[in-house]
Amino acid sequence: MMLRRPFFWIIALVIAAFALAPLVGNDVQLRESLLLAAIYITLASNLNLMLGYAGYVNFGNIVFFGLGGYICVYLMGVPGWPLMAAIAAAGIAVSLLALLFGLGILRLRGAYFALATIGVNEAVQAFVANFEPWGGSSGLYLSTEMFKPLGGPMQALWAIYFLLVAVMGLSLYLSYGIKMSKFGLGLLAIGQNEDAASVLGVPTPLYKALAYSASAFLPALAGGLYFFKSAFIQPADAFDLTFSLEAIVIIMLGGQGTIVGPAIGAYFYEELRGWLLTSDTFSHFQLVIAGALLLVIVQFVPGGLMGWAYGRWPGLRRVLE
Amino acid sequence: MFGIIASIVDGVLVGSVYGLAAMGLTLIWGVMDVVNLTHGSMIVAGMFGLYFLTDALGLPPYATLPPVLVGGFLVGILLYWVGVHRMIGRPPLMSLLSTFSVNLVLIGLGTAVWGTNLFNVEVSLPGVSLGRYTFPGTHILAAVLTAVIALCLYLFLYRTRMGKAIRAVAGNRTAAELVGIPTTRVLSFAFGLGVALAGVSGMLIATLFPFTLLSGDAYQLKSFVVTVLGGLGNPTGALLGGIALGLVEGLVTPFVPVSWTLVIEFALFVVVLIVRPGGVFTFRRASTR
Repeated sequence: MMLRRPFFWIIALVIAAFALAPLVGNDVQLRESLLLAAIYITLASNLNLMLGYAGYVNFGNIVFFGLGGYICVYLMGVPGWPLMAAIAAAGIAVSLLALLFGLGILRLRGAYFALATIGVNEAVQAFVANFEPWGGSSGLYLSTEMFKPLGGPMQALWAIYFLLVAVMGLSLYLSYGIKMSKFGLGLLAIGQNEDAASVLGVPTPLYKALAYSASAFLPALAGGLYFFKSAFIQPADAFDLTFSLEAIVIIMLGGQGTIVGPAIGAYFYEELRGWLLTSDTFSHFQLVIAGALLLVIVQFVPGGLMGWAYGRWPGLRRVLE
Repeated sequence: MFGIIASIVDGVLVGSVYGLAAMGLTLIWGVMDVVNLTHGSMIVAGMFGLYFLTDALGLPPYATLPPVLVGGFLVGILLYWVGVHRMIGRPPLMSLLSTFSVNLVLIGLGTAVWGTNLFNVEVSLPGVSLGRYTFPGTHILAAVLTAVIALCLYLFLYRTRMGKAIRAVAGNRTAAELVGIPTTRVLSFAFGLGVALAGVSGMLIATLFPFTLLSGDAYQLKSFVVTVLGGLGNPTGALLGGIALGLVEGLVTPFVPVSWTLVIEFALFVVVLIVRPGGVFTFRRASTR
């Protein structure tokens, strides 16, 4: 059924483009910038499950990424697990944690929930910075031996890149699959009017907890891969507020609740960021500009780029989700 | 044993200042249903207000309270028009994102200009000794000032025309508008007042502990904990919640390393949210929006 929809193939094209573009001419610089874009898209699409579909802002979305990274680096470094097993374990562990936590906290509505997610962020950071097995505030290292099974550091970097592109592709398909399903309709109904949804038989606390848990899995994988790549993890990098904020900016820029939105938003944001970092005047003001951009979008174009495009060309809704 | 009691008393003194910060947060929430995520940076602004006014102008530390209060009020009104006014009555998601982004701009500007070094303002006051323990004078004076400000706020909200208007708008905005209360002016005034309270509490906290530009996050979280303890939108509850949080801090400090307090406070926060989302110190029917 999905295979007959054009949008399914549009996603496949995007993934293929990501996988093939850096291979042409062995372009390592392009690969690094696409790698970052893939992480942005992964974080943004998964956050979109909460923010765009269910209308719940999760300020602690970076916790999934950071915890995934920690679990993966720890499992590889201390008991010496292979990469794939460590990453899978990280994804499952973080998802289960999110489900447990979600079942408790998601009975809360709106602002209460947002406050709780800010708290999760602060508390997990404080916990990890004090947790001795994970190296406390100085973090964990991996030896370069870990790259051996993948054929040395050079090959490992390519392997990590393709794995991250796969994670990004899965994120897009997950967003799409959920949006097409009854579960997704339930989430969208919660986003529109939670009381009405609940009266009409949507099991709201359960759906919210499932969405929260689902939105944790792929970011945890991405975190595992990302910190395996740098072979080093410390609390300040793992729970970098900037990533968390950027995911929100990307969603709002591209259009909340859409699947193309986070991808387009990630592309434009990446361009903007590249320009800011090379500019002499603005390189220190990245947060300021991202914040100002978010403020303008929230106040004046809450639908983002896709919302604007849908308004301009209504037929677009049938092709791009 | 006496050590624990002393630690608890000291915790309560400091906790009352957290209560003051939370009063600012909860006032804004109660009046306009907006969670002010610039709260943390406004606390830090108060801290830096103390630092610059004592360091550059040579004011005595406690003389900076009036300028911080007035400055906070004006900044608050400005913030209302920049980030909040268009969000009134829209879904909570939008006002959260809006104040969140204003906060990012402020923190980003601050770190770009001043960096994240540790600042400290030396305030020397004689302490009060009881047996082997000395309660620092700064802690006592901070608690006393908090009590005075809380009393002033109470008198303002219940005895003045503007205060009554604020409570009317908090109760029912449409009805308030129908009886001729200029709601927009009241909303911006209330936001200014909330920010002024955050700034003053930051100034008082800075007389107790050293601080950095990023300290706001931790104190903002404390304010959230205090607010849910006291019930969102309930200033009296916020003061009690602050004292309760201080009590908990005082109780755990002798046994647990300081860096764990944030985790413990957060656990408390989650438990309270789940068990009593209306707040612990709400005796009448609480609104659990």
